[in-house]
Amino acid sequence: MVILPLRIRDLRYRPNGREVLAGVDLELSEDGITLVLGPNGAGKSVLLRTICGLIEPTSGSMAWGSAGGARPQQGVMMVFQHPMMLRMAVLDNVALGLKPLGVAAAERRRRGLEMLARVGLADRAGDSARQLSGGEQQRLALARAWLTKPRLLLLDEPTASLDPSASAAVERIIREIRTDGTRILMVTHNLGQATRLGDDIVFMAGGRVCEHTPVRAFFARPRSDEARLFIQGELPWRMRL
Amino acid sequence: MFPVSSPPMSAFSATFSDAFTLLASFDHTVAQIVALSLQVSGAAVALGTLIGLPLGACIAVGRFPGKSTLSVLINGMMGLPSVVVGVVVYLFLSRSGPFGGLGMLYSPAAMVVAQTLLVVPLMAAITRQVVEDVWARYAEELQVMRFSWWDSVTTLLHDCRHSLLVAVLAGLGRAMSEVGAVMIVGGNIDGATRVMTTAIALETSKGDLPLAIALGVVLIVIILALNALAYALRHWAMRRFG
Repeated sequence: MVILPLRIRDLRYRPNGREVLAGVDLELSEDGITLVLGPNGAGKSVLLRTICGLIEPTSGSMAWGSAGGARPQQGVMMVFQHPMMLRMAVLDNVALGLKPLGVAAAERRRRGLEMLARVGLADRAGDSARQLSGGEQQRLALARAWLTKPRLLLLDEPTASLDPSASAAVERIIREIRTDGTRILMVTHNLGQATRLGDDIVFMAGGRVCEHTPVRAFFARPRSDEARLFIQGELPWRMRL
Repeated sequence: MFPVSSPPMSAFSATFSDAFTLLASFDHTVAQIVALSLQVSGAAVALGTLIGLPLGACIAVGRFPGKSTLSVLINGMMGLPSVVVGVVVYLFLSRSGPFGGLGMLYSPAAMVVAQTLLVVPLMAAITRQVVEDVWARYAEELQVMRFSWWDSVTTLLHDCRHSLLVAVLAGLGRAMSEVGAVMIVGGNIDGATRVMTTAIALETSKGDLPLAIALGVVLIVIILALNALAYALRHWAMRRFG
């Protein structure tokens, strides 16, 4: 099933009367890496959760594919800031995503080992996943998602608590996943990472998309005051963040 | 002046001395009672594990009307009086009861049924709490991976397996120390349905304290040994799997 482009119109999420998404309009093309930037509480993570179906929006629409269909049952994956590491071996953790797809255990194991080699964790296949470092755990989480060959991968601050070398390893894997044909939408607070990884930037503030522009244009000529102040590191009081 | 007498202390010491003599000589009666106790409680805990753990995990993961009520009910049933369970099982298994035709009353099987009913709520309630805490952390990721409800239950049970030893141990402790229900449905028949707790109660009432104390010592040693084993296993697992 063709699930991209994705057109989001006037998406709102208002739990208990508090407006978290206040009318998001966004279009995701079929290829590339889009970085979502914005201050804390802007609604970035909620937007990702809404796209992958973990949160039911209060109103608005999401049209998947050129035909504008409903949310697909497969093809959308998400990697979280603190990924789940089950008390089992690294190999079992990476192959976990194939279980709901009905892949046989032997085949899961074979594909899992191949994937671990791609992310540089082949020598840790038999170790407990919880004994991996933070960077290794994040690589494992990316490998788990990649193994299911998603068409759209949502990443919620995957390098937030990693050191520069671990972040670089994660960024390398993200680029490979993109080269493999997966569309990526990623939340980050790291402006350097945004320039290194992103094709375009979605800047959010107050539950809305303030601007959606190519990376170079965003940093050279931010259109909104919020974006300009965010880049300068000056969070405005009037945004009530 | 009242004479200072030493006989009570002598009798006390003699009772313990006789009890340890019984243990040291591997007394046949003691061995038979201990073996039956382990068989009955072991079977009840095995059944309790098969029923209580999945039940607790299903309540933790499931989203259905009445979930809170069911959780409160299961928690409340942890303190179910064993004599009440004994009477209910007795009514069901007695000749005039719905399962009277099975002829199970006053048999080890009836004792297993009664003990299973006692341990299932306890094991389910502990499991629900343990799994619910983990589910709160993992739910989103399992949902993103399109895990079915049942796959989530089995995955979480496997992930919590070391913590759930506590539930199994709690069930074992309750089963082995229980006396009211097995007395009612087993009848405490010598050589057939006499277990450690019912034997201790009987021998104490008869005044045969050495046998009662010997059985009490065995009961405590077994429970302590199993707890020590579980502690060591959990400690090893935490180091191995994190």
